[in-house]
Amino acid sequence: MNKDKNKKDLDITTEETENAEVESNVTDEMKNEFEGQIVNIDSPNETNGEKLSAEAKAQLESDEEEFKRIKIISPGKMVAKRFFRSKLSMIGLVMLAALFIFSFAGPIFSSYGETEKVGASKEVISVIPHTINVTEDGVVVQYHFYEVSDPYLVYTKTAPTWQNWLGTDQYGYDVLTRLMYGGRVSLTLGFSVIILETILGTFLGALAGYFGKWVDQLIMRIVDIFNCLPGLPILMLAAALIDGWGVPGRYKIYCLLGILTIFGWSGIARLVRGQILGLRGLEYMIAAEATGLSTKRKIMKHLIPNVMPQLIVSATLGLGGVILYESTLSYLGLGVPIPYAAWGTMIGSTSGTTGREILQNYPNIWIPAGVCIVMAVLAFNFIGDGLRDAFDPKMKR
Amino acid sequence: MAKNKKDPVIEVKEIENKKYKNAMYMSNKEIRAITKENFKITKAFEKQKRRKNVPESEYLTEMKDPDNIVEFDDLHTYFFTSAGVVKAVDGVTFNIPRHSIVGVVGESGCGKSVTSLSLMQLVQAPTGQIVDGAIRFASTDGKCYDISKVPTNQMNDIRGKQISMIFQEPMTSLNPVFTIGNQLDEVTLLHIPGTSKEKAKQMSIAMLDKVGMAMPENVYTRYPHQLSGGMRQRVMIAMSLLCNPQLIIADEPTTALDVTIQAQILDLLREIKTEINGSIMLITHDLGVIAEMADYVVVMYAGRIVEQGTAEEIFLHPKHPYTIGLQKSKPMVTKDVERLYSIPGSVPNPINMPNYCYFRDRCNKRFKTCDGAYPELRKLSKHHNVACHLYDDKPAVNQTKDDNSVEEAK
Repeated sequence: MNKDKNKKDLDITTEETENAEVESNVTDEMKNEFEGQIVNIDSPNETNGEKLSAEAKAQLESDEEEFKRIKIISPGKMVAKRFFRSKLSMIGLVMLAALFIFSFAGPIFSSYGETEKVGASKEVISVIPHTINVTEDGVVVQYHFYEVSDPYLVYTKTAPTWQNWLGTDQYGYDVLTRLMYGGRVSLTLGFSVIILETILGTFLGALAGYFGKWVDQLIMRIVDIFNCLPGLPILMLAAALIDGWGVPGRYKIYCLLGILTIFGWSGIARLVRGQILGLRGLEYMIAAEATGLSTKRKIMKHLIPNVMPQLIVSATLGLGGVILYESTLSYLGLGVPIPYAAWGTMIGSTSGTTGREILQNYPNIWIPAGVCIVMAVLAFNFIGDGLRDAFDPKMKR
Repeated sequence: MAKNKKDPVIEVKEIENKKYKNAMYMSNKEIRAITKENFKITKAFEKQKRRKNVPESEYLTEMKDPDNIVEFDDLHTYFFTSAGVVKAVDGVTFNIPRHSIVGVVGESGCGKSVTSLSLMQLVQAPTGQIVDGAIRFASTDGKCYDISKVPTNQMNDIRGKQISMIFQEPMTSLNPVFTIGNQLDEVTLLHIPGTSKEKAKQMSIAMLDKVGMAMPENVYTRYPHQLSGGMRQRVMIAMSLLCNPQLIIADEPTTALDVTIQAQILDLLREIKTEINGSIMLITHDLGVIAEMADYVVVMYAGRIVEQGTAEEIFLHPKHPYTIGLQKSKPMVTKDVERLYSIPGSVPNPINMPNYCYFRDRCNKRFKTCDGAYPELRKLSKHHNVACHLYDDKPAVNQTKDDNSVEEAK
């Protein structure tokens, strides 16, 4: 029983250490060459030195041929290999690719525009009655008059049809098309926020970690402050403030981008600082200093690439969070405003008195948006998990 | 300048003179007081190092002997820790002549590494500071730098280009995320301005070839984890040679390697020394390595030099009881000993060292005079100096300085 188990384990390890084996082969080979080289160094004094070195040369050449046979795997390729081996991360990647194609290539094939009203409509006239009592010479006279509007169109929400696969919403927009444009907003915003956040966080974290002392104190206390602010209320407050300034709808997305970045960099800064604090004292950093590198180069060229794995993982995992925040804000009506599409806004149409009807009777309007959000967040989490496992050198699975 | 320099030193002495109530225990208050003092002192030093646009006259000096490449002159490197001032290097004076190998030996923690780090200005700041003394370095451009006073940005031109360093741990001294070629090229591109990337690559490959690496083109594209320890040390040596330095500091270059590779690396170092026509400062605790390699030997103990001389003098006629003890504790192939000799006791705690011979308590030749002040370095021959009360009848080094200069003038 026990033996069997051991055997199994052994099998697994041999399978998994394929790469390692290749490497060890390589080093063994190199050692052989070393020996050849020693002969080479020591022999010149001897009479048959030339002969020996010729032999060594021949051996070297044959070794070189064998060397070419073995593929050298760079760490990047190794990570990619491990990443693509995991099923879950592949699922995530496929989901993400599908979402990207859907939202960026989809509108090209859609026959409707983002703000094109296509739903079934009726021409209506609204009549509002007014009654006014006026006392004239002790007699109360009652006036009735009616406010009659110009004829206008009212759109009815429709169920899915062959023309509109997911029906139309209360404004007469095509839901499927809106879904595509909403995806553009969410994905672009998610990526831009994460990239900005990572740049800002890495820069400040690297400064804090490398210089220490008051720089570290200052930056880390700012990070602490940002970390103890309650996320959602602050975001709502900020978004409401921007609403109050009367920023036009088109530009609101940039404000949203800024807000999300400002409230998101602190985690990355802390991560980078911790890593750099550890890396700074390592031998190769002292060696780098001994070669006369400037501080800027040391940070940019030697420290940050070493933090890259953790950064990539945390950024990928953070993407899901950003998309969720964006959706939440849009849902609350603080994000991308109505004529423009966003997944959160689409779900947001279920709130309020008019929303109850949509929630009950028209799931075709809000469920697809919800599914999209879930898919996007799940995809990023799967990919992030996959990357974490792939980057972890101690992972043996 | 002189004024700025002196203030911290005075403060250091004040701390030394403070009498603590209980030597074994320090209260929080005391620790806090020390930390505060330390902060003040180290801040002053750091400020001085960080200054910009320092006039050259401040750090340029004259070599005492043009035949030397480096002169350590009464070097004091202290660490200001919360437990007190650690005098890691306390008044070390020795020279590294051109085209020679100088070995520095001693137990762990005797200050040999700190001496070399001081020469590179790599002492862990802000706790570690060069407090006093000078390190004169003769640069290729004919100038002579006092490294203890060179500002940090100026230092980057000297590091790697004129003085380079080989570290103890080849396994961790290379950045794991870059290829060997990338790291080698970086040094060339940094120190030889105007080199194209292709030229740098050629130079790197040529250098890898020079250090005896088989298939240098192949190694060039590899990552450090794909190489063995010996290969990595060769890469480190190649890296240190790229800019034709005048001086290579080898800080225990063979400690992490096995014996066969050790021999190869030492051979390589010796070959390279003749090739670049420079000097090597070899730091090790392996007496065998020193005997094989060095021209001059410096024996350090607890931050001070106890004996120095040519390799022959130190190995065949050791004078200091510590050196004699070290020799005895070395395993010999020719002798069959059941139990290896070891010097009794251990290195004293370097904080608040009293003024007597630090080796006194472990010495088997201790006598009455040893209770007195720390023995001065005494001159036994031209190169051979020893700091031990057994040789008190010999002339002190400092007194004979004038005689020496007269002799040399002749």
